[in-house]
Amino acid sequence: MLTILSLIIDAVSYGMALFIISIGLSIMMGLMRVVNLAHGAFAMIGGYLASYALVSLGAPFLVAVLIAVVGTIVISIPFELLLYRRIYRKSDSLTQLLLTIGITFLIIGVMNFVFGPTVKPIPLPPWLSGPVSIGFRMVPAHRIFVVLCGALTALALWLLFDRTDFGVRLRAAVDDSDMAESLGIRTDVLYLLAFALAVGLAAFGGVVGAELLPIEPYYALRYMVIFLVVVSVGGAGSIAGALLASFLLGLADTAGKYFMPEYGDFLFYAAVIAIVFLFPNGLLGRRAA
Amino acid sequence: MSLAPARGGAAFEIPFRSELAALVAVGLLGLLGYIVFPDDLAFLTRLISITLLVLSLDLATGYCGVATLGQAALFGFAAYAAGNACIAGLANPFLLIVVGMLAGTAAGILSGLLVARFRGLQQLVLSIAFGQLVAALANKLTSWTGGSDGLSGIAPAPVFGRYDFDLYGHTAYWLSVGALAIVMAALAAFVRSPFALACQAIRDDDLRAQMIGMAVYPRLVAMYAVSGAVAGVGGALSAITTGVVGLDSVSFERSAEALVMLVLGGAGHLWGALMGAILFQVFEHYVTTSNPYSWLAIVGLLLIAIVIFAPGGLARGLDLALGRWTRRRA
Repeated sequence: MLTILSLIIDAVSYGMALFIISIGLSIMMGLMRVVNLAHGAFAMIGGYLASYALVSLGAPFLVAVLIAVVGTIVISIPFELLLYRRIYRKSDSLTQLLLTIGITFLIIGVMNFVFGPTVKPIPLPPWLSGPVSIGFRMVPAHRIFVVLCGALTALALWLLFDRTDFGVRLRAAVDDSDMAESLGIRTDVLYLLAFALAVGLAAFGGVVGAELLPIEPYYALRYMVIFLVVVSVGGAGSIAGALLASFLLGLADTAGKYFMPEYGDFLFYAAVIAIVFLFPNGLLGRRAA
Repeated sequence: MSLAPARGGAAFEIPFRSELAALVAVGLLGLLGYIVFPDDLAFLTRLISITLLVLSLDLATGYCGVATLGQAALFGFAAYAAGNACIAGLANPFLLIVVGMLAGTAAGILSGLLVARFRGLQQLVLSIAFGQLVAALANKLTSWTGGSDGLSGIAPAPVFGRYDFDLYGHTAYWLSVGALAIVMAALAAFVRSPFALACQAIRDDDLRAQMIGMAVYPRLVAMYAVSGAVAGVGGALSAITTGVVGLDSVSFERSAEALVMLVLGGAGHLWGALMGAILFQVFEHYVTTSNPYSWLAIVGLLLIAIVIFAPGGLARGLDLALGRWTRRRA
């Protein structure tokens, strides 16, 4: 019973960390139709920046998170202007794959050249490192923090997409970008903003989830497939789908590690293949072009 | 060497022209390598087995338009199969290559069934998941793969019962050159077959191919079987010539690097794949630094540059240049 409880807590917090990172990828895929393999690389930049701010500059945790998110967005904007812009919506999947994996390699190489190729610690502040009682059980405070961050992210995104002018324009561009453009919506600006949002979320998730997905030199490659799978299972551009997929995959991965640690990876990828075959359009995805 | 695919309609045509050209060209390249790098035959031998992987990727990605990041699984599976067959007592190197081919074909069919089913994101996810699945198995099934220590102790018998696999690597090198020449000649014939042409039609427009009655999925799976056989020859060669099979032969990085080599040379072009594989690896051989991360950054920049400045790879650029040159002379 205790095992089941801690498994569920681990699975939910892992799923939330996956969600925060992957929802940015899902937005890019839904709006710009780009399969961005470098998404994990942007999360990695966030993790490296936060680790640098915490360890070398001694910044407080929340300031470090802010530095990571803003820093990653600033670093990534030139990529959007010079590279990503070329492959929005029109390109074939091979071109997208090649360009974004090239960007991934470049970022991994440069980040490890600048910050050194070691596992980057993200030390937690005292208010996050202790256990917290939730009535009948003690739970690591960090897990609760991750779940709260994930829930807030989902809520904020829902408000942004559903209740703001920006969201209306965004959804118009998703449905028909040509029509949106001819109605006077600046889609290039919209894409840039959505890209910054996606990258910022990646960095935020990378830092907040570092306890569960450790920041290490090959972070961008190691977790690349997991982020892609969340989007492919959840359906591009769907917040609820991404949440559901994150929980499912978090559960599959955590259960595999709990019960069959030897074959955890194997079970995870087998589950991925099965889910993609059963739900090729995603669990809650709508079939756009 | 002829870069343009053979075109019909000439008044006089030598029979089996492109097949012979492939045999002669690879033989000459082999001789050139032997003369230029006499002390680095081990490097060249390894280069040839990776080149076969790139050729197999060309069949799937270049000729069918299947975007895959899991091709090394076929190569590595065949390498482990050949290695185990050798340790189990099958010493004849030619039979070991056949074992690798069969294992590669089997892995190719399985991979094709998974990867060719969908397009776009699903295809990519399935290809990576398949590759990682094989890598996870290779890591865990230590009795069959040696795990992270690698599978060692592969000692094949002399070729033709005479030429031993010596320290200088002459036998290993010429065996690899021979295998590559035969595979290139066979592929030169294969890519002009109606089957391969139909695959290219699927690549260019799969919906239209379906509309004119083509069975798309079975065709792609069949092409994957051929691709697996080619990768299998490469995997078996790497097991035979180096005597060890490590986890790196099924790794994601190997799949990704093969893709870089392919697009550098030009996907959808046999000679492009060959050129890309050779140039990339010779370049890597000289540039390799103590820090693997700067190499990764260089590969990333190279990839970005290819996509933006030379989307068809070197083969297409050369083709255009040659075309311009012949037009000016005419």
